[in-house]
Amino acid sequence: MILFILFSTITVKAFDTPNDGGGSITIKAYNVPETVKKALVYRKTEGDTTYTLAGVMSILSYRYVDADSTIKNGKPYYYRVDFYFPDTVISVVSDSPGIAYAQWYDKSKTSSLIFLIVFSTLVLVFIQLAKKDPEGLYIRKIPALDAIDEAVGRSTELGKPTFFVHGLLGITDAGTLAALTILRRVAKKVAEYDTPILVTNFDPIVMTASQETVKQAYTEAGRPDAYNEKNIIYLTYEQFGYTAGVDGLMVREKPGAIFLQGYFFAESLILAETGHSVGAIQIAGTTAKEQLPFFVAACDYVLIGEEMLAASSYIGREPVMLGSVKGADWGKAFLMGIIGIGVVLGTVGAILQSAGNGALMNVFEKILAFF
Amino acid sequence: MLKKQIPLAITFITGVIIVITFFIPHPPFGRLQQDALTWYSVIFGFTMLLGVDSLVRFHYRKLRRREKGWWFSIIFYGGFLLSFITGVVSEVRFGDAFNINSSFMYFYNTILIPLQSTMFALLAFFIASASYRAFRARNIDATFLLVTAVIVMLGRVPVGYMLWHKLPNLTSWILNVLQLGPMRGIMIGIALGTVAMSLRLILGIERTYLS
Repeated sequence: MILFILFSTITVKAFDTPNDGGGSITIKAYNVPETVKKALVYRKTEGDTTYTLAGVMSILSYRYVDADSTIKNGKPYYYRVDFYFPDTVISVVSDSPGIAYAQWYDKSKTSSLIFLIVFSTLVLVFIQLAKKDPEGLYIRKIPALDAIDEAVGRSTELGKPTFFVHGLLGITDAGTLAALTILRRVAKKVAEYDTPILVTNFDPIVMTASQETVKQAYTEAGRPDAYNEKNIIYLTYEQFGYTAGVDGLMVREKPGAIFLQGYFFAESLILAETGHSVGAIQIAGTTAKEQLPFFVAACDYVLIGEEMLAASSYIGREPVMLGSVKGADWGKAFLMGIIGIGVVLGTVGAILQSAGNGALMNVFEKILAFF
Repeated sequence: MLKKQIPLAITFITGVIIVITFFIPHPPFGRLQQDALTWYSVIFGFTMLLGVDSLVRFHYRKLRRREKGWWFSIIFYGGFLLSFITGVVSEVRFGDAFNINSSFMYFYNTILIPLQSTMFALLAFFIASASYRAFRARNIDATFLLVTAVIVMLGRVPVGYMLWHKLPNLTSWILNVLQLGPMRGIMIGIALGTVAMSLRLILGIERTYLS
């Protein structure tokens, strides 16, 4: 009798998985005793006489998402969950059928949408302000970008080539696009100083983009005849094969300046240390935060994260571009303000909660859940 | 004129659609981003041929001019032909070049993987040489770095606990408070920089990628 009362409290609900493109039903069990060892989910639909196994429900969350390819939107599905206890098995049927639907708006991304609107507005406002008052914009000095001319100049004086090493991500990465901007600047200087350049690529799409970028830079420098497509080479799509290839070229060609730009992984230090061993001046730039310490230790200059992404604005010095950087800075200030409010709210809420008043903590937790 | 305007229009339309689809899970919008990545993969497959062409030409030039280290190019051609021939033969024989019993996978497992492991292993030596330079107490900043690094390194090994039982806790505090705060600041900066750059690209303000 006691067992019956205990098990009869278990309820199972089947409902449309929220914020998805349909084809998925979530099954959730409530009031499940801790002694359950296993829970299996069975499904049937109209026309079926028996239930078929759908999957295993987690006994930590008592939640199962049925995203089987046979699930059709708008069709009712009935679920039964078998709870395995040490000495018995209890079957509980969902109180109503689950029906999958596709949603037109993902509510879980509301905070992202709000931030996107605020941030985009700030950037657009500052772009407009920059158009009106180009002189009113200040952007701090970025030594690594200022050192490009010095590095290429040194390479020219030594009569050595300049190397530009792309990272391992493709053209879809923002860091790779920023690297192309920096390559354009480097290639223009190289063309002006009439010194050789070698650009190594991990990705063939980046290689073709690099070829166009260098070609354009040589044209801008008034030296289109000096452009050689064969100096922008593809090496391999294997991480350490690429590393070995670049290291081999560094050791044989002994470049005077090396630019390591893009997203790097474990090969970052191997490349930077080899560059250091051949005596080259090295300017690195990456958005891979894990690799920044390695570059800081081994390179002469480093573009840290967002500095790299601001490179095109810094190099171009166009008011509209600088305005977008200014807008991004204000976006950062807005975010810092939100974080600050959150810290104060959470801290005061925790203090008040320990004193017996949990109202502020509830507000804080609701805000956290929203984000 | 059109050389610039058409790519800018494609970038704007694609960018706006992808941003909108991020918030709309309903078909066909929910799958558009995935579809775009599939198209990217198809384009990537074709550009790989350009990459191989570039590599073959680069080594041909080195061989023809007898440039420094030209004999490495012979090794390249040997490896390239070996991979190509064994790949084709394995595909014909097993229906899949990546079959575990194929000659292609034999060479991959016995030559390429050990070579890659060797390259990765070099990292240990490079960490030692870079650390030596970075941790030299030349000024107050480098001294702070040296002291912190010593505490963290000792706190991560049993001997650190033996020296002072609170050293692992101090290490955790350095990693989770002193280190994590600035690291998150860098992450936020990168994320915002990426959004700002994406906006510049979508709106056609950033055009350097067009050459």
